[in-house]
Amino acid sequence: MSRYLIGRVGQAMLVLWGAYSISYFILYLLPGDTLAIMLSASGMEVDSLSPEDLARAQAYYGLDKGIFEQYVSLLWNAVQGDFGQSLSLNRPVNELLGERLPQTLSLASLAIVLSLIGGIGLAYLTAYVRWQPLKVAMARLPSLGFSVPVFWLGLLLIQVFAFSLGWFPATGSRGFDSLILPAVTLAIPSAAVYAQVLQRGFQGVWQEPYITTAYAKGLSRWQVQARHGFKNAALPILTLIGLQVGNTVSGAVLVETIFARNGVGRLAQEAVLRQDIPVVLAIVAVSAAAFVLVNLIVDLLYPYLDPRIAHTPRVS
Amino acid sequence: MNAESRIALLPHSPASLSLTWQRRSRLQRAVTALLPLLRRPGFSLALLIVLFALVAALLPGLLSSFDPYATSPADKLTAPNLVHWFGTDELGRDLYTRVVYGSSLSVQAALLAVGIALVGGLGLGVLSGFAGGRIDAVIMRFVDVLLALPGLLLALAIVTAIGFGTIPVAIAVGVGIIPGFARTTRAEVLRVKTLPYVEAARLGGASWCSTLLRHILPNAWGPVAVLATLDFGAAILATAGLSFLGFGAAPPAAEWGTLIANGRHFLITAPWVSLLPGFFVVAVVFSLNHIARTLEENPR
Amino acid sequence: MSSPLIDIRQLCVTYRFAGQITEAVRGVSLQVSQGETVAIVGESGSGKSTLANAMLGLLPDNAQPHGQLRVDGVDLSGASEKQKRALRGRTIGLVPQDPMVSLNPTLRIGQQIGEALTLAHGRRYPGVDADVIELLQQVGLDKPLLRARQYPHELSGGMRQRVLIAIALAGNPRLIIADEPTSALDVTVQRKILDHLQRLVAERGISLLIITHDLGVATDRADRILVMQQGELVEQGPPRQILDAPRHNYTRALLAAAPAFANRRKPRSSQHTAQAPILRLQGVGKTFDLPRLKGESRTFTALQNLSFEVYPGQTLAIVGESGSGKSTALRIALGLEKPSQGRVHFEQRDVTDLGWREFRPLRQRIQLVQQNPFAALDPRFTIFDSIVEPLVSFGLLTGPALEQAARELISRVHLPLSYLDRLPRELSGGQRQRVAIARALALKPDLLLLDEPVSALDVSVQAQILDLLLELQHELGIAYVLVSHDLAVVANMADQVLVLRNGQVVEQGPLAQVFDQPAHAYTRELIAAIPGRHSADLAA
Repeated sequence: MSRYLIGRVGQAMLVLWGAYSISYFILYLLPGDTLAIMLSASGMEVDSLSPEDLARAQAYYGLDKGIFEQYVSLLWNAVQGDFGQSLSLNRPVNELLGERLPQTLSLASLAIVLSLIGGIGLAYLTAYVRWQPLKVAMARLPSLGFSVPVFWLGLLLIQVFAFSLGWFPATGSRGFDSLILPAVTLAIPSAAVYAQVLQRGFQGVWQEPYITTAYAKGLSRWQVQARHGFKNAALPILTLIGLQVGNTVSGAVLVETIFARNGVGRLAQEAVLRQDIPVVLAIVAVSAAAFVLVNLIVDLLYPYLDPRIAHTPRVS
Repeated sequence: MNAESRIALLPHSPASLSLTWQRRSRLQRAVTALLPLLRRPGFSLALLIVLFALVAALLPGLLSSFDPYATSPADKLTAPNLVHWFGTDELGRDLYTRVVYGSSLSVQAALLAVGIALVGGLGLGVLSGFAGGRIDAVIMRFVDVLLALPGLLLALAIVTAIGFGTIPVAIAVGVGIIPGFARTTRAEVLRVKTLPYVEAARLGGASWCSTLLRHILPNAWGPVAVLATLDFGAAILATAGLSFLGFGAAPPAAEWGTLIANGRHFLITAPWVSLLPGFFVVAVVFSLNHIARTLEENPR
Repeated sequence: MSSPLIDIRQLCVTYRFAGQITEAVRGVSLQVSQGETVAIVGESGSGKSTLANAMLGLLPDNAQPHGQLRVDGVDLSGASEKQKRALRGRTIGLVPQDPMVSLNPTLRIGQQIGEALTLAHGRRYPGVDADVIELLQQVGLDKPLLRARQYPHELSGGMRQRVLIAIALAGNPRLIIADEPTSALDVTVQRKILDHLQRLVAERGISLLIITHDLGVATDRADRILVMQQGELVEQGPPRQILDAPRHNYTRALLAAAPAFANRRKPRSSQHTAQAPILRLQGVGKTFDLPRLKGESRTFTALQNLSFEVYPGQTLAIVGESGSGKSTALRIALGLEKPSQGRVHFEQRDVTDLGWREFRPLRQRIQLVQQNPFAALDPRFTIFDSIVEPLVSFGLLTGPALEQAARELISRVHLPLSYLDRLPRELSGGQRQRVAIARALALKPDLLLLDEPVSALDVSVQAQILDLLLELQHELGIAYVLVSHDLAVVANMADQVLVLRNGQVVEQGPLAQVFDQPAHAYTRELIAAIPGRHSADLAA
């Protein structure tokens, strides 16, 4: 078991390293003139600098080293937690992240909880209902859920609940009240995915012969669905939670922008607007780390829910 | 031995009746399969909406007589009426026209994104599933890495590097969708590869190349086509998101995301400026999802 | 004797689907008394499963029953769900068809049996765990304490079937419905389990209702047999009567088609010794490497020291249960696997070490008919495309000549020409198998390998396919290597028989010798386990 654990953690590290490297490649090597971008991010024009100034700027940004050397030094710093300086705000990136991360984390956590409750609840009810018209209508809801652009939904919710009804504040980062609308907005696409997958799971499981065996014992429909149906249908959800981390992070960028919250998401949007490369790299790296961590935990938890999956390979 | 077994069989026709059998082409078969689907109201409506969006993308002039860029300050922020079906924005431009012309950019971007993802994802998936072994492991690790980068953030990174605009946005979104295609294609190729009829073809003398083209790809295509339709909708949403954030085409271009972003400032007084373009997007994407689901439930 | 346990009069069940109405059961009347063993025999589409579901009250929502259906005095057609639920488990128990998929994979065995016990008592009671262990012992499972804590995937098929029997017995029912209890398991395992089940129900005075397509099983074990065809009950009576004096045509057709009751073919005169064998395996062995695990061996021996010869125009049958290595033997003969030891000769030529490219020309002479007709044809190819594909791959014919070849081939397997334009999903299992045979014949092979060619088909269709194969052999002089687990099928087809067990040859020789004077105990066990053979012997 511990061999497997070490292997898995190693794999996770590998993926994280790969993600960092790709981000580095995109941000530092893809652009035509990295120096020009960095200068303009700091508020200076390339053309207005003399050649000596340019050389000094290059040394300052670390762009005078070879590609490999630069990569290694950046990576080394990142591993130790130092992501450099923000070009446009002139502050260490860590500070910025530290300020904004709690906001985003609280938003994301609430959103994940809401999406699980909403998605699983909807799917469970859809499976239990027997009246066809209602069942079909409920089965279509998830599809609607992921046809809606997250940012537009946020605006709609603001319009209805903040302006028309006045129940919640429209923007701002203070207080639990201001967390509700953004969390609901962020939760809906994920809830739709969970509901869809669980619905499909129930449909599939309902055809399985062991459901007939359960009925033949004399169990009621409710008991069969709860004890035999749900446990088997919900197996994919755990894996999904891991994958949905990515979508939640992406959604956070949009939601924080709309609701004017001071989180990492809005920081990302501002950074891109100003082409602040170190900040963007840091945010992408941290998100990738979160994704990798959550998926690792999911992988390790999985055998406890599905006894067929063992950590050691079986001989067939 | 068993005369009764012969009775149960239909008698075979003598050679002279061979004229009654002809080979129907694949196209004829596809058309006859499609027709019953059209009788469903939901499917036809969805198809209509998608076709509308496509026509709007290619020939916007057909659907609206207004000029999307013509400002008319006197008419600014009027509510939807018979002249301006969607109302006007803050510069007096007809919103319906802006939405129709916006289709062009948004749909093109989405098509490009899905195209990139198809080429990249299919290629990787087929290679991975077919070759197996080391190559498979390496490719799947690469896909895992791509997955670890959240879609929007990856797109943001790409846009930071190569600049704003419709094309960079499309490329960014396309690269983000590749993992899904690669995984689905690989799973399908793996499944079909082990089926008896593939083995039968090989035993009948077919080469790997011909087996791949004639048996594996056509049978693996189903779920990929469904995913492509679904991802087309997702690509529309993603490109709209990026242009909403301000990274899309520069104003006065009328991408859907930009339209919605624009209307943000007038939410209290003129909500239709943001909300109506959004409804349109929802309708198009929902129709795409419906089509994808219908195709999935009715294997041809 | 009191009123019958099951009293069905003029029962009709109709299904409504997509606007169409199908009558699954038509005017069936039957009674089952306490302590009786009744068998319902029918092929797919006969309505027997619908009948069983109706008795359990488990018909789907779109099924409509009419007529009288009384179970233990309760009329099910008007009963509420609550009343039906009271009957399930406590009055009627079900032993489902396929033990591999009938247990919840995420619950332990003990929990699943305990659930049934708890339901029977009304609520959880302190002695539940002890009762679970006792039940497991009664159904013949070793190490009951261990088994109760295990999950279904850790048990073999036979063990899972026993667990299902335990679940059915847990509620102390008065009737047990055994749904196709013989289809999913090996013949020797089946026999043991069914014997055990019959002993248990006899001890407790439980009625047993066996639903099966196998007339042999019915005649061996039932007090009374009911034959169903297309939803109707066509004949009823004790096994003796069914065997000696069947009244209905369908019953007669079933008897004639069941391999156990059909006549054994006459041995062919041994002219083969003059000719050279077309296929020869010498001392072939195959070991697979396993992924490294602590405490488990590194290798798995699928075959050991296998030698046989196949002569032109003759049939060699390889018999074995699952895991015996028979499929591996076929794959080696086809060149899909390389043997770890031994040589393979095709017509004097040593083909053991040939690469795929070098083997390819030989493919015109050796072909394969696969086991599963439902997956053997590409669902997107028309029948025409499927049949002529080998010809196209080798580039032998094109255009009108190709179409002519297709016509000949499809006529040869007795299918109408119009089928050439159809897709596989429009054909039945038996028809698809014919297409697969036509495809195998396209290259005019001299040797045809058949991997369980009829095991996935209904009994009457099996007989048709076997007839076709015999006819083709007679006309074309093809040699067959037939792999089957079903000795009864083999008895009708083979000239030479080879019995495999766990990769080793246990018996080998001409058909008459193996069947009449089996040398090995395992062979005797296999022959004794043929369902219906017991009754057939008595009748003969």
